[in-house]
Amino acid sequence: MDIKAGRLVDPCSTRLTKTGAWRTFVPVFDQDKCIKCSLCEIYCPEGCIHQVDGLFVPDLDYCKGCSVCAHECPRMAISMVLEEK
Amino acid sequence: MSQINTANMKVVEGSYAVAHAVMCCKPDVISAYPITPQTHIVEHLSQMVANGELDSEFLTVDSEFSALSVLVGASAMGARSYSSTTSQGLALMYEVLYNVSGMRMPVVMNVANRAMGAPLNIWNDQQDAVGARDVGWLQIYVEDVQEAVDATLQAYKIAEDPQIRMPIMVCMDGFVLTHVYEPVELLDKELASQYLPAFQPEKILDPAKPITFGAFADPSTYTEFRYQQFDAQLKSMAKIEKAAKEFEETFGRHYGGLVDSYFADDAEVVIVTMGSVIGTIKDAIDAMRKEGKKVGLVKVRSYRPFPVQALRQALKGASVIAVIEKDVSIGAEAGLVTDLKSAFYNSKIRMPIIGFAAGLGGRDITIKDIRKIVDKAEAARKGIESEFEFLDLRTEIL
Amino acid sequence: MEKSLLAPGHRACAGCAMPTTIRLVLDAAGPNTIVVSPTGCLEVTTTPFPESSWCVPWIHSLFENASAVASGVEVMLKRQKKDTNVVIIGGDGSTFDIGMGCNSGMFERGHKILYVCYDNEAYMNTGVQRSGSTPFCAQTTTTPPGSRSKGNPRPKKDMPAIALAHKVPYVATASVAYPVDLRKKVKAALQVDGPSYIQVNAPCITGWSFDAGTMIELSRLAVETGLWPLAEWVNGELAGVKKIRRPKPVKDYLEIQGRYKHLFKKNDCGDQLAKIQAIADANMAKYKLVD
Repeated sequence: MDIKAGRLVDPCSTRLTKTGAWRTFVPVFDQDKCIKCSLCEIYCPEGCIHQVDGLFVPDLDYCKGCSVCAHECPRMAISMVLEEK
Repeated sequence: MSQINTANMKVVEGSYAVAHAVMCCKPDVISAYPITPQTHIVEHLSQMVANGELDSEFLTVDSEFSALSVLVGASAMGARSYSSTTSQGLALMYEVLYNVSGMRMPVVMNVANRAMGAPLNIWNDQQDAVGARDVGWLQIYVEDVQEAVDATLQAYKIAEDPQIRMPIMVCMDGFVLTHVYEPVELLDKELASQYLPAFQPEKILDPAKPITFGAFADPSTYTEFRYQQFDAQLKSMAKIEKAAKEFEETFGRHYGGLVDSYFADDAEVVIVTMGSVIGTIKDAIDAMRKEGKKVGLVKVRSYRPFPVQALRQALKGASVIAVIEKDVSIGAEAGLVTDLKSAFYNSKIRMPIIGFAAGLGGRDITIKDIRKIVDKAEAARKGIESEFEFLDLRTEIL
Repeated sequence: MEKSLLAPGHRACAGCAMPTTIRLVLDAAGPNTIVVSPTGCLEVTTTPFPESSWCVPWIHSLFENASAVASGVEVMLKRQKKDTNVVIIGGDGSTFDIGMGCNSGMFERGHKILYVCYDNEAYMNTGVQRSGSTPFCAQTTTTPPGSRSKGNPRPKKDMPAIALAHKVPYVATASVAYPVDLRKKVKAALQVDGPSYIQVNAPCITGWSFDAGTMIELSRLAVETGLWPLAEWVNGELAGVKKIRRPKPVKDYLEIQGRYKHLFKKNDCGDQLAKIQAIADANMAKYKLVD
């Protein structure tokens, strides 16, 4: 580990830690119901839901399974499912 | 000790002389809070800014705590930063002191040494700075106004060295040096710029290269951060010597680097001390030498880093050492005497070392007092009666 | 390339409002921004050495000095003639209590700094102790209910009024549940040539004790009950208020939080509920929240 004098740290580097390991329930997106309102992306505390090829998908490397997205989805297109690990 | 070119001398107040030195260092940001006896320094600086003589950002803040905190932000932006304070103000800064050194910010601060309350006392001693000896700042103690001027310029050179990057307190006795009018050679601005080039920070807060300053460290890395500071302090000893030598080459004045001596080589009794009391001690030594007494002085200029090797070298011929200091570690002894004993404990050369808390809360230390201390030191050669005592304790009012 | 200026991988609790708040603020402020933060959950969850979630330059010094540190940053930006936003993001402990001296100094000196307080109404990082921001009756670990206590005995400190008393030219309240409103307010604040203050309602799952998924709903309820009016003041004048279409009783907001559980368990807390409703009613009247 490079100990930098003055506790200087590179930007965006928490990406190294995959907080997805914290998760118990995983959000499952029903893309047919999605109206692309982007509220899930806006509210996600992890900032890990983004549009990929036009579809909103969570990055499960970081999703902690908080279920805010599922709760806020106006079309109830997201369900929380117990994850088998 | 110092060589002075009398042709360029001016009679000015100590605070003005120091403010003038700070002006010559061209700080980007000055942030300070009024407290006696430091205030005149920043009053002079604010006047220089108001007159357009000094192009600095001068912030009038809500406390000493804020004053130093402002400099954390300014330093992170690459500023050469300055503050000055004393006593209660330094105590109020305490939390930030650790932060500035831990973040390796080369802030320079004059401390106009003053007693700590309670009881409230605005007069000089060195309890404030000695009490902050462990915070990671380098501490240079000066003996007169000229040295305060010159050490302030040297301080930036040491602090900003890429291998050091540590903050420095230039400690000068409050009132005794801040308020005295005496002849001083003010720094030449051109020469000062030559001696001290512009600060070149490596990393700053910059949206083009975003970096995080001040992350928290867990037990797996905290020790290494502390070690790096410790190591930088040890490395700074060579830089302090070098800065003093280069200063002499440019300005022709020298006060010693880490330590300095006065008739110490052949002395049997050596007094060790810091700060303005050195003037009185030199006068006392001159008188005693005429009487045939082999008395000398070693001045500790750098208290942090504590120059163990330099002190062993300077004091190796002494038969007995008397430490005079304007501070006390309540419940133990006092800072300098404890550190000095520790420096000799594992050395082959051992001599009696006795300590005196003197000049507390501004009480005068006279030539008579110095003679008394020398007498006690001579007696201690035959056997130590008291390892540490309060000089001139007024037992009648206890 | 990061899609937001706060990277994932931070250690905030699942369902914490703070990272969402930060992202909304940074979305509006953009990459040409320097962030200063005091000690708190934000600092420990986003900057565990040698990692950082921040994609903008960021500095932490101490718990109570963010405003002074930011002042030093801002004067250097002006000196270097750089037009970069300086944004402080801190919790209510540092904002309302321990940092008040530095905050007052920064406001009074008129630095061009946006101060965003993510307000979760207690000292959460140290384990949910009462702060000056803790609302009336809320349970914290230092205001526990008991035979002689019904939770926090005092109302919440009025920090926006303190900012206004300093003649801060832009002051607003916001909520993590109203992202459009929050981003608009951040943009407005950054246009001001001087200090600005935005206080954002940001529920804390640990301290308030609620079902993680309801974090946004809870913040929305704070607004809809009238307990958290969304307002903005420009040059000291009330310049805008978010109207409430269908005001809800405070009970709807309180009963889904563990920190108010005691109000519903004991029979003698009817008075307390009425007093909290009175706080909401007073806000409704003061800000004319309902048409």
